[in-house]
Amino acid sequence: MHTAYYMEIKKINTPLTDEVVRNLKAGDGVSITGYIYTGRDAAHRRLIALLEEGKELPIEIKNQIIYYVGPAPAKPGYNCGSAGPTTSHRMDTYTPSLLDLGLKGMIGKGLRSKEVIESMIKNNAVYFAAIGGAAALIAKSIKDSQVVAYEELGPEAIHRYYVEYFPAIVCIDARGNNLYESEPPKYAK
Amino acid sequence: MREINSEQIKEKVKELFLKANYYIGEDVLNSIRKALNVEKSETGRYVLRMILKNYELSANEKLAICQDTGLAVLFIKLGQEVHIKGNWKEAINEGVKEAYIDGYLRKSAVTDPVFDRKNTKTNCPAIIYTDIVPGDRIELLVNPKGFGSENMSALAMMKPADGAEGIVDFIVETVRKAGPNPCPPTIIGVCVGGTADQACVLAKKAAMRKIGEHNPDPRYAKMEKDALERINKLGIGPAGLGGSTTSLWVSIDYVPTHIAGMPVAVNICCHADRHAHGVLYGNKKDKYSIN
Repeated sequence: MHTAYYMEIKKINTPLTDEVVRNLKAGDGVSITGYIYTGRDAAHRRLIALLEEGKELPIEIKNQIIYYVGPAPAKPGYNCGSAGPTTSHRMDTYTPSLLDLGLKGMIGKGLRSKEVIESMIKNNAVYFAAIGGAAALIAKSIKDSQVVAYEELGPEAIHRYYVEYFPAIVCIDARGNNLYESEPPKYAK
Repeated sequence: MREINSEQIKEKVKELFLKANYYIGEDVLNSIRKALNVEKSETGRYVLRMILKNYELSANEKLAICQDTGLAVLFIKLGQEVHIKGNWKEAINEGVKEAYIDGYLRKSAVTDPVFDRKNTKTNCPAIIYTDIVPGDRIELLVNPKGFGSENMSALAMMKPADGAEGIVDFIVETVRKAGPNPCPPTIIGVCVGGTADQACVLAKKAAMRKIGEHNPDPRYAKMEKDALERINKLGIGPAGLGGSTTSLWVSIDYVPTHIAGMPVAVNICCHADRHAHGVLYGNKKDKYSIN
């Protein structure tokens, strides 16, 4: 669907497998199809609190992708309102615990901490960048949206999206290759 | 004296916030189209094309350009000969509330920032800066400001001896530190002078100056050019994924300051530099423009 914008796009499906994750390289353009979950800091804080109490999480996290987004409300006739990525580093303190439980992918924008990247390498996980400010375009790939936990958080509730050809770029791969580090020096003068 | 009804103010505020959130200015569009021709990174060009496509889609279908439809900031010039019938502040906040609810915009305002962080569900309170000026009309400049970029803004209380070079260094360093977080290519608003608070307010306003318009003082215009050139040599690029387009424009404004100081505020705005301008004359001649 978005192949016209990029030389080559890898089509991937969720849930992710270890093999798919291993084969993704920083810089790959991808389009994602399948179910993904949303979550921002407020939802992450609650998930981690449950883990600390030894309780079960309201969603199955193994092999899944979490998209850091707080969507705009959907207009009538739309599956989802504008839904671009939010800044990922606000989730950094919570992320390693979820990766240890088998979370395989994250979609967001911006830098991640050293701890997150180390945990991604340890757990074979990948971080995708979605384009900040391409929110209406991204929403076109969201075919279904259901709130699955923390409805009272409004846009910050955990939603389950069904996405088709969700456009993203592999930003940090499971070996720790990081576009935010490798690319700017190539264009710096 | 002219009478302007609070109902008219509410309607105008609503209309402007809807326009600002759905339609990007021609200056941003043209600037990104130009950048697409010179951007060296393939990923960078991909990002710029997606951004342009997104602007087209949001305008055609009246969708929020970005899900972060921001806090509602207004810069208002209130003519001293205007008499407002009704409640001024309530009218503005009602306008914001109606725009965000009826326009399917995200409500991002929370009450107490430390403990409760409870969503106000209306995107109110609006942040209102009012300047009382001669005349009998009300000029409104509305600015839904997203926080990906707001969080990367900075203030430095510099020494007068730091001079133009020190200021440009600080601007470039602020953009470098922000990296990919503020959704580059960004637009940089700067204000030098005043007090700490005044510099911050006017830096935000500077970020809404039209792309391509330099400060009329050639010394400040040179600082703008130098800062932009150095920023675009950082290599951060569109979405921070590497490239030669990190910022689209740098606007530097200045105001008089104290003999002992030189405050410098840098307000970073993402490429979606959303603002809309309108004038209320208290009759049907009201008009608006996106810039």
